[in-house]
Amino acid sequence: MKFALPFAKYLSTNPKLNPKICIVGSGPAGFYAAQYMASRLQTAQIDIFERLPVPFGLVRFGVAPDHADLKKCSNGFAKTALLKNVRFAGNVGLGRDVSLKELKEAYNVVLLTYGVDDSLQFDVKGKNLGNVFQAKDFVGWYNGVPWNKELPVDLSGDRATVFGHGNVAIDVARILLSSIDKLKTTDITEHSLALLSKSKIKEVSLIGRRGPLQVSFTTKELRELLNLKDCCNVWQPEYMLTVPEVVPLLVKPRKRLTELMVQKFESRKDPQPDEKQLKMIFLRSPVEFLGDHKVKGVKLVINRLEGDDLLNKKAVSIDIDETVDTSLVVSSIGYKSIKVDNDIPFDGKKNIVRNTHGKVEDGVYVAGWLGRGAAGVLAHTMEHAFGVASIIIKAIETEQLTPKPGFDHVAKILEHKNVQVVTWQDWLKIDEFERGEGQKVNKPREKVVDIEQMLKIAAS
Amino acid sequence: MIALSRVLGYVRRDNFIAAARKNYIRSIHSTCKLRHGEYEMQDPKSPDEVVNITYITKDGKKVPIKGKVGDNVLRLAQRYDIPMEGACEASLACTTCHVYIKSNHELPTAEPEEEDLLDMAPFLKECSRLGCQIVLTKDMEGLEIELPQATRNFYVDGHVPTPH
Repeated sequence: MKFALPFAKYLSTNPKLNPKICIVGSGPAGFYAAQYMASRLQTAQIDIFERLPVPFGLVRFGVAPDHADLKKCSNGFAKTALLKNVRFAGNVGLGRDVSLKELKEAYNVVLLTYGVDDSLQFDVKGKNLGNVFQAKDFVGWYNGVPWNKELPVDLSGDRATVFGHGNVAIDVARILLSSIDKLKTTDITEHSLALLSKSKIKEVSLIGRRGPLQVSFTTKELRELLNLKDCCNVWQPEYMLTVPEVVPLLVKPRKRLTELMVQKFESRKDPQPDEKQLKMIFLRSPVEFLGDHKVKGVKLVINRLEGDDLLNKKAVSIDIDETVDTSLVVSSIGYKSIKVDNDIPFDGKKNIVRNTHGKVEDGVYVAGWLGRGAAGVLAHTMEHAFGVASIIIKAIETEQLTPKPGFDHVAKILEHKNVQVVTWQDWLKIDEFERGEGQKVNKPREKVVDIEQMLKIAAS
Repeated sequence: MIALSRVLGYVRRDNFIAAARKNYIRSIHSTCKLRHGEYEMQDPKSPDEVVNITYITKDGKKVPIKGKVGDNVLRLAQRYDIPMEGACEASLACTTCHVYIKSNHELPTAEPEEEDLLDMAPFLKECSRLGCQIVLTKDMEGLEIELPQATRNFYVDGHVPTPH
């Protein structure tokens, strides 16, 4: 008996002691929540479902290839996945292979962390022209998202236009302006590297609807972009000259960001013939993309700012327009989530799952961008996931729980539908394959971009 | 009026920062040595090396730790299972080891690279630093390092962290 007691809780069928928890989505929100709960509820079973055969969500598919250091967070996620009470089940999609209703039957807690899957878009004439893309698809193209592999990107023109003043827009601009020697040592996908190596893009305009004080990107990302080798920064003096007088009114972090812009503006030089150019354009919104089949130009309307709040003014058109030539348009004005299952209470205006402090309804929770909106860096998602996880733990401790079958129930459904579940061990085979392929060409990894091939390697 | 008060708010806080930061001018710096925590696994070899510090966890618990000169605050926390994230493994790419310096110690000024990252940290305060960039010296005896209590706030009053 002396020895039996410590083990009793592991053998118990009491749902309070052995709650069954599932997490839908294996990006940072899912893994951070899993990590938090796994260490505090050691007798809980935590199953992480992922619609793709490969884990890590936006760490794999969103973080830029030249930001390898940030991707190291996946090492920590891998440690969580190897815990005894954590299971990874890849190639299982909510709303595709299993329904929310079925997950609720199987688990005491369902935590939704499937993130974003769509973009906010400009609803203007010409939006469907060739070489006009959403940043999400363009990023997916160079980051190996299977369904973005065939994106018909054409880099044979010399001018590109990126809309949006956030960090994703900066990523896109940086990839377009980076030297190929720098990119070829990253895990950028081979098909994109091949095209980028032949790119004729000489000039990238980064266009925002508001002014220098309302930008959404962060200092680190902007500094990196403005310091790119062999690339000259071009500014609009009409909007920059008045900025220095405002700087003393600001506080961190806005202050440092604005100081950086002022410093770069004041030390600007004329472009040299061989240099690429980054044009920082403010107070412009597109009203039409021009061209017959492929985009050739953009009609922009000039905005002015209205409102009392210096940092949150509204852009209002002043009905003067201008037309600029461009051969490529990438719009990066925000991501949004989608409703993948009819039973999910979804807020179509905010594009998030309806929730109060992470709780959707009894036994259903949401964390990360899906519950908060698509903004913020890894640490924001981590704090949110930890917060929701702590609320789940509190609920498990205080609420009435009924025994649930857990993964067995879902496994039966998946077997019936002939779904190949990719386990963590299976993913490690894909991982090893990708690293091996990368090694041949001096890259940390060559991502497999075909789902069939992923599944084949997983089953090998 | 709303705009004015907000601007005044900026001015006041701004002056406070200026006063709080003695050395605003960038200095020539050397990159912080990156190790993988092996050094922090070693106990102090002599009492001269010992630096006693205290971590305050997200639950508000104070954990006294006997560190030593040269220990990295993130790696040391990890040795003693204090739940401090270091998602980018101290490569200055993320802000998950964000901490507050609670005691009145004068730490070496943050490098611009650290400041750039702190700009993105949720719940930034005047005393914010990245744990991975703090290396213990004898002067840091008694240092108190608090992990941001976002999770606790969330848990207590449902406060949801918002990005700046």
